[in-house]
Amino acid sequence: MPSLKDLKNRIASVKATQKITKAMKMVAAAKLRRAQEAAEAARPYAERMNKVLAGLSAANAGNAEAPLLLSGTGKDQVHLLIVATGERGLAGGFNSSIIRLARDHALKLLSQGKTVKILTVGRKGNDVLRRSFKENIVHYITFREVKQLGFVQADEVAHKVLEMFNAGEFDVATLFFARFQSVISQIATAQQIIPAKFETTETANASSALYEYEPGEQEILEDLLPKNIAVQIFRALLENNASFYGAQMSAMDNATRNAGEMINKLTLSYNRQRQAQITKELIEIISGAEAL
Amino acid sequence: MADAFNFELVSPERLLVSEKVTEVVIPATLGEMTVLANHAPTMTTIKPGVVSVKLASGQVSKYVVFGGFADILPTGCTLLAESAVPASELTRETLQRRIETTQAEINKAQSDEHKTKLEQFLAELTHLNGAVIPA
Repeated sequence: MPSLKDLKNRIASVKATQKITKAMKMVAAAKLRRAQEAAEAARPYAERMNKVLAGLSAANAGNAEAPLLLSGTGKDQVHLLIVATGERGLAGGFNSSIIRLARDHALKLLSQGKTVKILTVGRKGNDVLRRSFKENIVHYITFREVKQLGFVQADEVAHKVLEMFNAGEFDVATLFFARFQSVISQIATAQQIIPAKFETTETANASSALYEYEPGEQEILEDLLPKNIAVQIFRALLENNASFYGAQMSAMDNATRNAGEMINKLTLSYNRQRQAQITKELIEIISGAEAL
Repeated sequence: MADAFNFELVSPERLLVSEKVTEVVIPATLGEMTVLANHAPTMTTIKPGVVSVKLASGQVSKYVVFGGFADILPTGCTLLAESAVPASELTRETLQRRIETTQAEINKAQSDEHKTKLEQFLAELTHLNGAVIPA
C-alpha cells in the first residue's frame, strides 16, 4: 500500500503529463488544419497533371518509343521502395503502420528473389527499417530542419529518384505513405510511381485526340513525366503530413483521457486512505481516553 | 469588347489565379503566344518568363513563372507552373538564387543532353533577370 505522500506525488506527476498531452493535442489540431489546407491547395495541380498525362499516355500506349518512365525498363528485377514517414513519434500507429506495410512488401519481394532498395524519407522510418534492412537502404532524406513543407522538398526527393532511375539502378519504384482519410483514420498506402500508372477515363481518351501539341506530343510527355514524379511525391508528403497530425491529435486525445481516468482513480484511493487514517487516529484517541 | 474566358494559374502549392479574362500572354517554349477566347485546343510547354493576364475588367496583372505547361481549350486556359509568383513580389535576390542553383546543377550534370537543357534554362533565367526587374 503506497503511503499518502507517494499517492500525492503520483497524482501531481500524472497531472503534469496530462498537461503536456493536452498541449500537444492542441498544437497538433492547429497544425492539422494547416496541413489539410496545404493538401487541398495542392490538389488542383495534381488533378490536372493527372488528367493531361492520362490522355497523353493513352495516346502513347502502343508506342515502342515511349519514355522509359511510362513504359518501364521492361524488367521487374530491382525494386525501389520509397518509404515516407514522420520525423517524430507520439502519433499512435502512424509510423508503424507505414513501416509494417513497407516491410511486408520488402519481404515478399525478397522471397521472390528480387533485389530491394529502400529510400527512406523521415527519421522514424529510417530508424526502424535500419534495424532489419540495413544493407537495403540506399539513401536517407530527412526534413527535420524544414518548418513548412514545400514543393522544393518533394523536388529534392524526386531528383534523387530520377537520378537513380536514369542510372539504371532500379526498374520499379513504389511509394509508401499514409493516405489521409479523416482525423481518426489514416490508411497506409503503397503507390507505384515508376513505371507510371494513370486512371484513364473515357473522356480523357476522347479529348486528347483533338489537341494540338507544341512542341510535340513526345517532347511534352518527356518533359511532364519527371515533373509528375515530383508532383506525386509532393502529394504523398502532404497527405503524410496531414495524416501525421491527425494521428497525433487522436493519440494525444486518448492519452489525455487516460490521464484523466488515472487521476480520478488515484484521487479516490488518496481520499480513502486519508479517511482511514483519520478513523485510525480517532480510535486510538478514544480507546486511550477509555483506558483511564 | 472581346469575349471573356476562364483562366487558371496553378502552382503545385496553390491556386494563384482563377478568373475571367479576355487575353493572356504565355511564354511558350516555341515563342510567346497570346491566348484569346475560342482558341483551338493546344498543349504547350512554357519556359521561364512573364505571364501577362488581362482581366475582364480591363486591368492587367503580371506573373513570373518558372517552367511548366499550359492546357488551352476553347472555353478556358489552365497554366500549370512549376513555380509562380506575382511579378511585383519577385526580387533580384530570389532570382539570383535560382540562377545559382541552376549553375550548380549544370556543374553536376552528367549527360550532355541534360546539361544543354539546364544551360538553356539558365539563359532564360538570366534574360529574365535583365528584363523583369528594373535596375
